[in-house]
Amino acid sequence: MFYREAGQFKSSYQADQAIFPIVQDRWFMALVIAVAFVFIPFFADEYWHQAVIIPFLIMSLAAIGLNILTGYAGLVSLGTGAFMAVGGYATYKISTAFPELNIIIVFFLAGGITAAVGMVFGAPSLRIKGFYLAVATLAAQFFILWCFNKVEWFFNYSPSGTITAPPREVFGILISGPEAEPLARYYTCLIFLCVFALAAKNMVRGHVGRSWMAIRDMDIAAEIIGIRPLQTKLSAFGISSFYCGIAGALYVFCWLGSVETEAFDILNVSFPVLFMVIIGGLGSILGSILGAAFVTLLPIFLTNAPPMVGLVIAADLAKHVEEIIFGLLIMFFLIVEPHGLNRLWQIAKEKIRQWPFPY
Amino acid sequence: MAPNDTAASPNIAPGVTTPDGRTIGDEILNVEDVSLAFGGVKALSNVSFNVFEGEVRAIIGPNGAGKSSMLNCINGFYKPTEGTITFKGQSHAAMETYEAANQGIARTFQNIALFRGMTTLDNIMTGRNLQMKTNFIMQALYYGPAVKEELENREVVERVIDFLEIESIRKTVVGRLPYGLQKRVELARALASEPDMLLLDEPMAGMNHEEKEDMCRYILDVNDEFGTTIVLIEHDMSVVMDISDRVVVLDYGQKIADGTPDEVRGNQRVIDAYLGVQHD
Amino acid sequence: MEVFNTFFIAPFADMIGSPIFLLEVVIGGILAGIMYSLVALGFVLIYKASGVFNFAQGAMVLFAALTLVGLMEHSVPLVLAILVTLAVMIGCAYLIERWLLRPLVNQAQIILFMATIGLNFVFEGGGQIVWGSNVKKLDVGIPEKSFEVGGVLLNTFDLTAALVAAVLVGFLAIFFQKTSVGRALRAVADDHQAALAVGIPLKTIWVIVWSVAGFVALVAGIMWGGKAGVSFSLALIALKALPVLILGGFESVPGAIIGGLLIGIFEKVSEVYWGPAFGGAIEGWFAYMAALVFLMFRPQGLFGEKIIERV
Repeated sequence: MFYREAGQFKSSYQADQAIFPIVQDRWFMALVIAVAFVFIPFFADEYWHQAVIIPFLIMSLAAIGLNILTGYAGLVSLGTGAFMAVGGYATYKISTAFPELNIIIVFFLAGGITAAVGMVFGAPSLRIKGFYLAVATLAAQFFILWCFNKVEWFFNYSPSGTITAPPREVFGILISGPEAEPLARYYTCLIFLCVFALAAKNMVRGHVGRSWMAIRDMDIAAEIIGIRPLQTKLSAFGISSFYCGIAGALYVFCWLGSVETEAFDILNVSFPVLFMVIIGGLGSILGSILGAAFVTLLPIFLTNAPPMVGLVIAADLAKHVEEIIFGLLIMFFLIVEPHGLNRLWQIAKEKIRQWPFPY
Repeated sequence: MAPNDTAASPNIAPGVTTPDGRTIGDEILNVEDVSLAFGGVKALSNVSFNVFEGEVRAIIGPNGAGKSSMLNCINGFYKPTEGTITFKGQSHAAMETYEAANQGIARTFQNIALFRGMTTLDNIMTGRNLQMKTNFIMQALYYGPAVKEELENREVVERVIDFLEIESIRKTVVGRLPYGLQKRVELARALASEPDMLLLDEPMAGMNHEEKEDMCRYILDVNDEFGTTIVLIEHDMSVVMDISDRVVVLDYGQKIADGTPDEVRGNQRVIDAYLGVQHD
Repeated sequence: MEVFNTFFIAPFADMIGSPIFLLEVVIGGILAGIMYSLVALGFVLIYKASGVFNFAQGAMVLFAALTLVGLMEHSVPLVLAILVTLAVMIGCAYLIERWLLRPLVNQAQIILFMATIGLNFVFEGGGQIVWGSNVKKLDVGIPEKSFEVGGVLLNTFDLTAALVAAVLVGFLAIFFQKTSVGRALRAVADDHQAALAVGIPLKTIWVIVWSVAGFVALVAGIMWGGKAGVSFSLALIALKALPVLILGGFESVPGAIIGGLLIGIFEKVSEVYWGPAFGGAIEGWFAYMAALVFLMFRPQGLFGEKIIERV
């Protein structure tokens, strides 16, 4: 009744190719952005920022990156953690070597370095396909983290082997380091996410995105209509890694502050981000964000829910129970909706469109 | 017995006007002595023929005669073991697969090779990919030249959509379309690149009578309106004899006849190949 | 020059200098490789029959070993404990088929892969909840005595493990090639729909395959656990088996075995001779890199045939 496209005619191809061709969608999106920028900072306390919202924003960015690679270009990667680590460590190295350099520029440089590393490890994708490639990306995961662990130059020879984000300012506001306000870090991550989500959406609806999808759906046919496989796959690896690199930089500088390679472990990062992409929906930017919300919120819910209803579980047992529930939920979710939250969102929109006369 | 020489078909030659009023141009494709082997198996041996600009050329033959392999050689997907293929005066012995599209060769496939997860519009837009040059940064910003380019190419694509009468399925994901429409979308994708030569691999396989008629009409219209040279493989003899200017017949990887439909129809070796006379 | 020496000359000089030691390292590699082969075999069986890249194989090894140890702690005799564990694994196979594979039939491979990661969590969590998460000793009554043959130090436990693995592989080969169930399995592996069309009961076949994989996991669990104790780290040997898979191919039983042995030898030799030059702890990635480099030159793997692409 309220949500329908009837009567909204488009008179140009440009209007037809808009991201949100329906006026109600545009209003809804504006509302979401307003809530994110105005209401959430107003209501959230430090615990919410640090434990929920900031990791959610950063993981969304990483999930968009992986979705470009896996969802759009069809190349499964299990090395997300390593690429985020490259972003984090590169930011640390550049920022400590050139303290005067604006941290935003450093983030972009780190993203570029990560893109280059991603392309190096993506090069085998021309010859290796499917799960073989997925396993091959594990080589990147283990090798890169080993380097950051063993080569002391990467952590500036600090005896603990950790890297600590130095305090850095943007426009006079501290956004990293122990003294930075959660609100400043929140806004940094939010702005990055909004800008890069929009950029990703623009890429995937243009010819770059179409060549990724063509390679994903049928690589031979794509090649025959003139899409260069190597170039296309490398661009997917490069851009995806750029996103992961920026996410990794924010992960270190705007969230954890101080990390060891453990923080980028396959179980801590690579798999969860892959879950986000699958649960959110392969080949969907919105889905990546929904998936990130689901995967970051679920463990928090699982830890907090039993005490709320008065259940007390021993910490050790709770960890395993959590594991089982997480595993079961993932399987349940894949069975119920293998196309992810994005599909559920589409179905919901379809339902609203027909409401209240679903004939 | 030597295969019929192409020069021996007097009806079709450069400069000749066909009965339906099209003028045949110069030689656009020349296949010379092409052989192709997979390990020990010879798929093609010493096949030669040529195609004139603006002509409708058919390749026929029993199953396994090497027809699809021939098309695959022409557009660079298989590399011939021997022989040369000259397209528009350029010889391309060992070119990369994606270069064929660059030179103006488009094709459709025997088993539909659409990008199943994408919409009809996106599928056809991929056919324009070669014409789209803006880099990903401009794309990401969706700014000036990127938008302009996108819209220009969209217009070309819309003309093709219009031409093939598939406006209503523009935004449908092609995996959900019925077979006949998928074939049409595939043709649309090939046409979107505005090719000089179109290779059609069994465009009418699995279609009913009306769909075949429609497809014939589209093929002839493409040839007529855009002057696109067409090379097609087809099993339906009545279709082949009706729409093609000249026919090459392959059997066991060898050319056994070449000429106008009438000449080929009367050729003893062709009759033998189709009726299954014992080979010596 | 010095770098060249440490990487390219010194290790080989060491090898030639002490061939007995090299032989010991290689044998150690082979024995480790047998363990990798056993785990990889579980992966291959399931991948062949259902096209599922079963990430939970490592967790299944852990779960089987935990169940066995747990039963033995409650003073169940060894043979009975093994039988009960086997029954549990078959029960799991049945549940997995009924509640996971059947609803997900015809889904994309990556969805199934993710589902097995979920399964992985359930196996890990479940095993540790029921049987506790501290390191346990598993004693299956194989003596661990060392002896010397021609100057090379050997160990009865390792030899028994190798023997058991060889017998298991032989048994599986016969099962796959000679029995009617084996033929059905191969048919399913080739084409699900065609197999269904000729009346092969897909559901039963999947239960059988997952049961066999469970059995292989149990054997691997016994061997590995008997050597190093049963603890969470058992689940991580799945990660060790993955380079074996890309080297030998996801669908090849001989590939899994030869690949496992090669990776085992390679890993031990590189760790001993090149490890110090790299600063140690290289076994985590060296096998992956080696398999990756190998694949670059031979994308079809060890035993795959050259792929002819068709359109």
